[in-house]
Amino acid sequence: MTEAVVIAAHAGLGYEGRTVLRGLEFEIPAGSRVGILGPNGGGKTTLFRALLGEITPLTGQLEVTVSTATVAQTDRSRLDYPVSALDVATMGSLARLPWWKKPGRAERERARQALGEVGLSDLAGRRFGDLSGGQRQRVLIARALTADADLLLMDEPFTGLDTTNENRLEELIDHLAASGRTVMIATHEVEQAERWDLVLCLNGEQISFGDPAVAISKPVLEATYGGHIVEIPGQPQLGVLPAHHHGEGH
Amino acid sequence: MIEWLTDPLAHGITLRALTEIAILGAVGGAVGCWVVLYEISYSAESLAHGMFPGLVGAALLGLPLLMGGAIGIVLAGLVIAVIGRLTPDSDDTAIAVVVTTLFGLGVLLALSPDSPPGIQALLFGDPLGVKDSDLVVTGLIAAAVLAVLWLFHDRLLAIGFDPSAAGPGGISPALVRALLLTLVAVTVLVGVQGLGNLLVAAILVGPAAAARVLTDRMSTMISLSVGIALVSGIAGLYLSFHARVAAGAAVVSCLLVAYLAAATFAALRDRIRRRSLPPGLPTRPEGARS
Repeated sequence: MTEAVVIAAHAGLGYEGRTVLRGLEFEIPAGSRVGILGPNGGGKTTLFRALLGEITPLTGQLEVTVSTATVAQTDRSRLDYPVSALDVATMGSLARLPWWKKPGRAERERARQALGEVGLSDLAGRRFGDLSGGQRQRVLIARALTADADLLLMDEPFTGLDTTNENRLEELIDHLAASGRTVMIATHEVEQAERWDLVLCLNGEQISFGDPAVAISKPVLEATYGGHIVEIPGQPQLGVLPAHHHGEGH
Repeated sequence: MIEWLTDPLAHGITLRALTEIAILGAVGGAVGCWVVLYEISYSAESLAHGMFPGLVGAALLGLPLLMGGAIGIVLAGLVIAVIGRLTPDSDDTAIAVVVTTLFGLGVLLALSPDSPPGIQALLFGDPLGVKDSDLVVTGLIAAAVLAVLWLFHDRLLAIGFDPSAAGPGGISPALVRALLLTLVAVTVLVGVQGLGNLLVAAILVGPAAAARVLTDRMSTMISLSVGIALVSGIAGLYLSFHARVAAGAAVVSCLLVAYLAAATFAALRDRIRRRSLPPGLPTRPEGARS
């Protein structure tokens, strides 16, 4: 059986004693692709902060057994910043270097490898702000790989991508999982989450967790999105999308 | 023409001033790049003004200016923190209120009839009044600041790009910002004697802002910024010598001219680039700064 890299046991998360996400109860095996569904304010960011170690559980336990890195949304990146794709990928090495050590040739070589892994070897010298949205997303993934992270937390990585880049990113996530890394992806796209190994539905508490075929149902999505949902014609049981998020990622 | 260049070098005073401005150009040009990238130009200027009562106090008591300035900065920081907690206004408002009040207090002391002559130089600077011992202290502090900048270059770059990327085990973004503000404060401290409290922010912001519009590479930006600061500083001192105008103000005027020249060059360059592209193609992605 594959070893679990994240274990939540009766975990409650929050800030300054106020719980904003409760009832977390799950185990995530290494190499899984995990979709995290939930409305804005449903607790996805809080969960990511806890997984990164920025906050500790108020109740219960949340254990992460591997190194973790976050892949931020590219639309929050500074496009005017004077850095190349290689510079950004190299930044990942800082998380594992002591403060007095500067990234050297080995770290830059590791960053080049990571850029190769995400298919951007040719654009290593290109200014980050001059890349397309999909390319920037892959550079940020390369940065997480340079940090030698085995658990990657992606915050709505498909936002603003066209279909081609969306497909390419899905392929990359498949590749990362196949190479043993665990990928947790916050998304609003239910159909997408259905294609991954596990799904975690959140709305202030854990609504559902498990194999998407079992864990996603109409009642679960209604509880997750608070009734703000529409049905896809012909798929009354599973083809349900949150109305206020539909189309947001395109 | 040769005499025009060599005449100022015949005077020890001008030579020392040139050395002082060269040191300030090197450290101000390098630190300034981070000031511009982190968008803390207002903080840099506030630091300079906030320390003014400390400088004047040190001058009146015969203490080293560096000590007075350092005490002034710490006191200003404490008062800003207290005011920020006591009032519901934003931090920005607290800084503005405290800094203008402190600066007013410093001016009141500096311009009172009982103040010793020369104390007004703290406002506008006097690079020609620099002594050999000042040069040694300025040089040592500038070398220390540049060494710290070199050591933390990659972390400053990473945190400025994305504070959330520090990750577990990575250095704290708050610590990196605090380090940068400390380096800015130290640079302002050593620059006050040469350029004065009112003008010292110019050497931090001017050359870096000029370099920023000329290049998209950080290492090139730092080299250009230092180069622009050096050339403008030396040009300013020559202007001061030959036109018999205040040295600090002449240096700052040259920094301004350098910035305007760089901005004009960059605007023309971008216009030519746009014309050479096929119609309909964007020159930069949305959100990029020209």
